[in-house]
This record gives sequence, C-alpha cells and structure tokens, in this order.
Amino acid sequence: MKQKNREIVRTTTWSAGPGCHGGCGVLAHIEDGKLVKIEGDPDHPWNQGRLCARCLAMTQYTYHPDRLTSPLKRVGERGEGKWQEISWDEAFDLVEEKLGKIRDEFGPESVIFSMGTGRDIGPWICMLAYAYGSPNVMFALSGVACYSPRISAVETVQGDYCILDAAQWFPERYDAPQYEIPECIVIWGYNIPATCPDNVFGHWIIDLMKKGTQIICIDPRLSWFASRAKKWLQLRPGTDGALAMGFLNVIINERLYDREFVEKWTNAPFLIRSDTGKLLRASDLAETGSLDDFVVWNAIGEQPVIWESADVTYSAADVEPALNGMYEIALADGRTVPCKTVWDAFCERVNEYPPDRVAEITWVPAEDIADAARLYARSKPAAIHWGVPIDMTPAITPTTQAITALWCLTGNLDVPGGNVIARYAFDAVAYALPGAEGVIKLESAEADKKRIGRDRYGPLRQFIWRAQTDLVLDQIFSQDPYPIKGMWIQTCNPLAGIGLDPKRWREALKKLDFVAVVDLFMTPTAQYADIVLPAATFLEKEGVRSWWVPLQAINKAISVEGCKPDVEINFELARRFDPNFRWNTIHDLFDEIVRPAGLTFGHLQEEGWVFPPEGHPSAPYHRYERGLLRKDKKPGFQTPSGKVELYSVLREEWGLEPVADYEEPPFTPVSQPELIKEYPLILSTGRRSAVYFHAEHRNIPWLRALDPDPLVEIHPDTAQEHGIGAGEWVWVENWLGRCKFRAKVTLEVPPWMVMATHGWWFPEEPGPEPSLFGVWKSNVNLLLPMGYQGKDGLGAPIKHMLCKIYKVGGGGEEQ
Amino acid sequence: MSEQKPKYGLLIDYEYCTGCHTCELACAQEYQWPAGMAGIKVIEVVEKLPKGKAYLAFLPFPTELCILCAGRTKKGLEPACVQHCMAACMTYGRIEDLAQKMGEKARMVLWSPR
Repeated sequence: MKQKNREIVRTTTWSAGPGCHGGCGVLAHIEDGKLVKIEGDPDHPWNQGRLCARCLAMTQYTYHPDRLTSPLKRVGERGEGKWQEISWDEAFDLVEEKLGKIRDEFGPESVIFSMGTGRDIGPWICMLAYAYGSPNVMFALSGVACYSPRISAVETVQGDYCILDAAQWFPERYDAPQYEIPECIVIWGYNIPATCPDNVFGHWIIDLMKKGTQIICIDPRLSWFASRAKKWLQLRPGTDGALAMGFLNVIINERLYDREFVEKWTNAPFLIRSDTGKLLRASDLAETGSLDDFVVWNAIGEQPVIWESADVTYSAADVEPALNGMYEIALADGRTVPCKTVWDAFCERVNEYPPDRVAEITWVPAEDIADAARLYARSKPAAIHWGVPIDMTPAITPTTQAITALWCLTGNLDVPGGNVIARYAFDAVAYALPGAEGVIKLESAEADKKRIGRDRYGPLRQFIWRAQTDLVLDQIFSQDPYPIKGMWIQTCNPLAGIGLDPKRWREALKKLDFVAVVDLFMTPTAQYADIVLPAATFLEKEGVRSWWVPLQAINKAISVEGCKPDVEINFELARRFDPNFRWNTIHDLFDEIVRPAGLTFGHLQEEGWVFPPEGHPSAPYHRYERGLLRKDKKPGFQTPSGKVELYSVLREEWGLEPVADYEEPPFTPVSQPELIKEYPLILSTGRRSAVYFHAEHRNIPWLRALDPDPLVEIHPDTAQEHGIGAGEWVWVENWLGRCKFRAKVTLEVPPWMVMATHGWWFPEEPGPEPSLFGVWKSNVNLLLPMGYQGKDGLGAPIKHMLCKIYKVGGGGEEQ
Repeated sequence: MSEQKPKYGLLIDYEYCTGCHTCELACAQEYQWPAGMAGIKVIEVVEKLPKGKAYLAFLPFPTELCILCAGRTKKGLEPACVQHCMAACMTYGRIEDLAQKMGEKARMVLWSPR
C-alpha cells in the first residue's frame, strides 16, 4: 500500500490512545515514519469505517509535548516532582535490583501488580507478576467492580458469559443468513457516548434501531436511549436487582416464559431439602451416591431419580421431572424429609417482588414495570445489553442472577438476536480471565494460595484470578498476614481515576519501599513513583486481540523515540526474574496465543482478522444443545450440574444465598434515614463523556475543548432550590469529603439525584505536591468509600452514594 | 455570499445523532484545525415536553469552516465527518437527491453549507 512517501498501516485499536477496550479497525496514514492521520477502516466488519473522537485525536495524543519519552528516576522526596532521566538499561537494572531485594527479603507476594481497565495490559502485567512469582495482580477498583463481577456471576449460574447479539460473529454482519434482528433490546444502565461495554461496539445498537429494534431503557438519567425508548424505567440507582425480580414476577405469573427451556435446561426440577434448605444430593439418598449428583421427582413412577451431573443425564430412561410440589424423600440414614423443587423456591422468592412492591423500592410506577416486562418477554428475539452500573453495587451477583434468569426464562439464550454466548475467538486467550485459562499462567498452585482474598471469596478461587482490591489496601496498612512492600502500577491511575478514597491510596503508596509506574504521561499517581517508565500507544506496538470475536492482530505503525510497548517492557523484566521463562521472543509468545486458531502471528498480521467457523465453540448459536460448550462435548452447560442454575450450586458451597434476590445498598435514602437529613441527594457518578476515557485525555486539546470542565448535572428545580445557576461552581459534599464541579442545570437528571463526572484532574496544573495536577479539586472518588465490597468480594457502592450541594463562594462554606 | 449556487449538501438524521462528537474531530484532524474549531459543531438540545417529560437530541451544525471536503469528494471519498460518523446519520450528496431522501423519514435536516 505504498503511495509516494506515504504508507498506510492497517491495525486494530486497543489500549493507550483511545484508551478503550478496542476492536476497531483503523488505517494509520504514515509519512516519513510519522503518523499524519488516522481513519476508520471501511473494510473492517467491526466498525465499518467509523471511528470515535478519541481515536481521531491520535495525532495530538501520539506527539503530545508532555509525553514521557525517557525512563525517570526519582531524585527528590516522593511527590516532590524531582526526576532524573535514565537509560532503559539503567531502568531495567534498577527495577530488577529493587524488586529482587523485596522478593529475597519478604517473598514475591509482597509486591502488588496493579492494572486499570481491561486493555492490552492484563496479559503482560500477569506475565511479569507470575515470572516474578507474585499471585497478586490487582484491578485497582473497589470490589473489582468492572465487568469481571458480571462475567463471574453469569458463569456461576450459566457456565459461559453471554452478550447482545449484533451479528458480530459473522464477517457479513447483519446480512448473515442465520442472524435475526432483535425485536427489542433492554438497555440496562448503559449510555452511548464513547463506551462499548461487553466488547459490543455501542453504535451497533443504533444500526439495529434503524432496522426496527425497539428499546426498553433502564436508567435514572434521561439518556439518549431513554429519550428514544418505547419504555423508559427511571429507577432509583442501585435497585436494579429489585427491578429484575419484578420483571421475573410478571413473566412467571403471566406465563410468558419458555417452560420447555426451564424444564430441560435449568435445574428448576432439582429438589431442596426442607430441613437444611440445601440441595438434595445423591449422597443423601445412598452412601454410594455422589455428592455432585442431584435429585428430581419423576412424575413417571412417582419416585426420585438421580441427575448425574458428570454425564449430564438422568439415571433412568423415562423421566418427566416435576417442576412443582413437595415430596417426601427417604434418606440413607433412614429419615424422611420433605423436599421442594428449585422452581418452587425460585418462584417463592420471585413472588416476594410483585410490581407494587418493586415500585416502592425502585420508584418506577408498577404499571411501567409490568408493561416493560411484557414487552421484553413477548418480543422474539429480545436481548439485554447492560453496563457497568450492574457491577457497581455490592449485591452484584444476586442482581446478575436475576437478570440472567430473564434471558434464560424467555428463551433468548444463544439464539439469533438474543443474548449469545461470548467466547474468546477460537478460545485463543493470552492470560487467565474468568472462564478461560490462557497461556500465561502462575505455574505454582502454592504461590496462588497467598493471593489476597482467595481464601475469603469463592469467585476469586473459581473465576477471577486477581487480588481483592479492598483487602489489598487494608493489608498495606495492617501488614497482616504478610507485609506489602512494593507496587508495580501499569497504565493505571488510582489517585485520579480508579481509586476510591484516593487519599488513602496516597498514604498507602507512601508506605511502600518501592513503587514503579508505567504510563504515557506524568500522572498524579506517578508523582509517588520511584521510577516512571514511558509506555507506548496501540500504534506503536504489536499485539493480539480476541475479545470476543474476531481474532485480530495489532500491527505496529510507528515508533516514538524513547517509548516502549507494555509487552516489551514486561517481557524484558519477566525474562530477568524467571530463569525458566518459556519464550525467547515476543513473537514466540504471540504464536502460542493464536495457535488454537491454526495460524501463526505472522499469518494473523497478514489477515488482519479471522472469524471462527460455524461449528467452533466460539461461533453461535444453540451451542448448549449441540454439545459445543462442555469439554466432554455433551449437550449442556459448564456449571457444576451441567444446567443453568436457578439455584446456584457454587453459591451454596460458598455459603452465600443461592437464589436471585434484592439487597438494599449501604448508602441510600432507604438504608440511611439519618444520613439523608444532612445529605438529601443521591450522588451518582461515572456517566460517560464522549471524549474522555475515565481519567485520560484531559490534556488532548481537541478533546478538552469539547468538554472543558468537570460537570455535575443538577435538575433545574434542585438547582433553583439551592440558588445555583447554570455554569456556576458547586461543592458536592458528603461525610467522606467534598469536591467542586461546574453545574450543568439540566432535565437529564431527576430532582432527587445529581450526577458528578469522574476521572478529573488537571494536567495543565503543577504536578508536585501539594497540587498533584489539581487532583483533589474535582475528584468525585473523595466521596466514595473503600471496603464496602459485596459478600462475595465483588461489587461496590459507586453509583449510589449520598451528598449535599452548595455554591462555591456562596457564604455557606466552612473554611 | 458565494457566487455559485449550492449543489451539494449534508443530510442529517437527527433521530440517530448520539452526540459523540466524532464529526468535529474528523474535521479537526482532516484540516488540522486548532482546538475549538471545526467545520461542524454538535449542539445538544434538551427539549422540555408536557407532563414533566423531556427529550434529549443532538444536531450537527456546519460552521463557516465547512468546505464539504471538496478535496476528498473529488477523489471519491466521503467527507471526513460522514465517513466516521459513529451513528451513520450523515449523508453527503447532491441536494436534489438528498431532498428526495429526506421525504423517506421524519427527523431529518438538510444543510447546504456552501
């Protein structure tokens, strides 16, 4: 593709640059080795030539005068901002020496490897941590509350994750003959600007709307979708679980569910002992029976029959499992106990949530709940597309259990246009993620036992191979059960973006013997580093992306003097720390990652992207019927019972409530009747800007011009009540702290809630203490707590806190 | 006032404009405009409706800087904003053709910037 002195490099977005979870095909226009323009690749099936504002700003990002272009060694005190440029060789030697010393004295688990949002960094940070010997890779958000909780929760009950079907599995996309346009999509806590959760390109939903898809929108804000929805349910933040239970109530009581699916593919017929409240197991019936097998009541012959989980089959030939009823079951010890079905137990729970009660909890009118539930259940096919607010509540798992039941009960699982099982393309995975093993592993099971939170939280043993963030922060101060001495922080900014209670994170960093930060720009967090290493954008590196389909190559288009891709930095250090490091070159490693697709990395680079063929487990549809999900190739799911579990076997084992339910979050007008006297407004945060990705991009002139100030959205009535005019500066305060925002007086928010934007710091202000790029001015995380993770270690109260507001300089201020 | 009568325009389906600002960045990049300038600007409109209701809409408005990407269209390319529009809600073409297309659905606006 040479054209005079110009070259066009075709590559895939992922990571620094746009900052997002990637997937878009781009054409990088290069002149004399420099990026002069970037465009969407019209031939790419993902984005079809489209590209977002952040990616179109790449020329300003890549050649920004403030980009770090040399490793820096701290020469003053931490936070003083005194640095000395050193060579990469010196930098690698210094890291090797400092981390090596900690490993020798305290053990490898004493170093935390901290990452931010899901980008092309997870594999490489794991590679380095595991080569060093530490199991403590940490996603730095309280409750790990972004995406992996939802994946973990869905896999707990369903074995595989699933997402909105927008025909992304097929090169011909919407024209693929096997595809159907959803009649309805439930947009649950998601707004379009600049965000593509679930690795769904957000604007695919717009494509589908143009083809006739109707929208049900669940959002406390008047979002773009809310404006265009057939039904908009303006719920109180954090009550999503109750709303899902209300949907189930209507769908079950009005018999709008797929009874055949329930009977055949869920564990609804399993029996629960009335004495223990736990699942009846084959081992209860006979001493020779297996603890892993369950029991149903067979209407044919009126007797119990065993469900053999490993074989995903009943022990008898003719079985008509009873969905309802109470049955007297004789146990091996001679006793008889009454047992009821999971379906009855599930329906009893659901019946606690009739629309009237759900209306009281959610503040959504009962008739709107019922109408929306009917519209969803009667639309064939229908899909649910959810956003991160589902993770951002301590009861994330029970909420997700209820939502998962919705797509299962309505027959929308793994059908065209429904919620389709999402696997990494060709099952080619770089590192251990929920539901996948990957080629980069912690080799020692013994070392993993020291992973923080592993003992305490079931999902962290089963699905999420991370340290539990809230416990890590505590342990830095307590040094119990072992001391934390160092932190490797890579493209992650806990002081400004991902860290709740950020002043405590600063104190934590101060306590450590050694802190390394890898980033593209100097950040508030990097001010506390002993060494700062300059990383690269996606245009400056090679890589592989398989999240979900297709499998894509990231091709290097340019180099920026002095900067190194994360993978190269970590590869070099991993080699130094691990004498048995398995790969000689990065291409060897990439080859191994893409091997399941039957090609080499070099071939993938030439192809650009490849789709798994029909019949592959990572290609749809109806995989549970075709035996494509389980390792033994039998029909069914990868759960302990082989079924979709309306009563979770794993949750029972973990000592947690096994059936979907609603739990009131910790800081709401309902749970805190005293606090609301002083802090009467619901504080929500995290609504996206079209031009920023979390704490990034405030220094990119084109983008900053479009969204210059930290905003708090206030309803006109609320603003008037507080004497706040449009554009005025406002303090948002609660018992944890305060920060200031510019008021956007708008009907987008209800009168009882304010929405404060997140990720704000001011790269134009001084970096050294006390300013830290103005990070304490407008940082909403100052008002959010650590340590309120859910009972399973997942989820955190991020979207529903309480606050009061008052004008800056309005006289009501304390000094 | 330009000497020539306008021949080409931009048809915007504002039902689907999501306010993503891509058009502004695509233009800024194409012509290397300084921050805050571009040939198109997205305007947010929050409409107050009866019974306490409201509606959120966005409208891309061509500025004095818009030249309808004459250089690109001569080469057979779409204007930068049209190609990159995330919602695919912008169409470039001859005004007569666009006017006809405009009759196919509601919530459209036709601009003739030059």
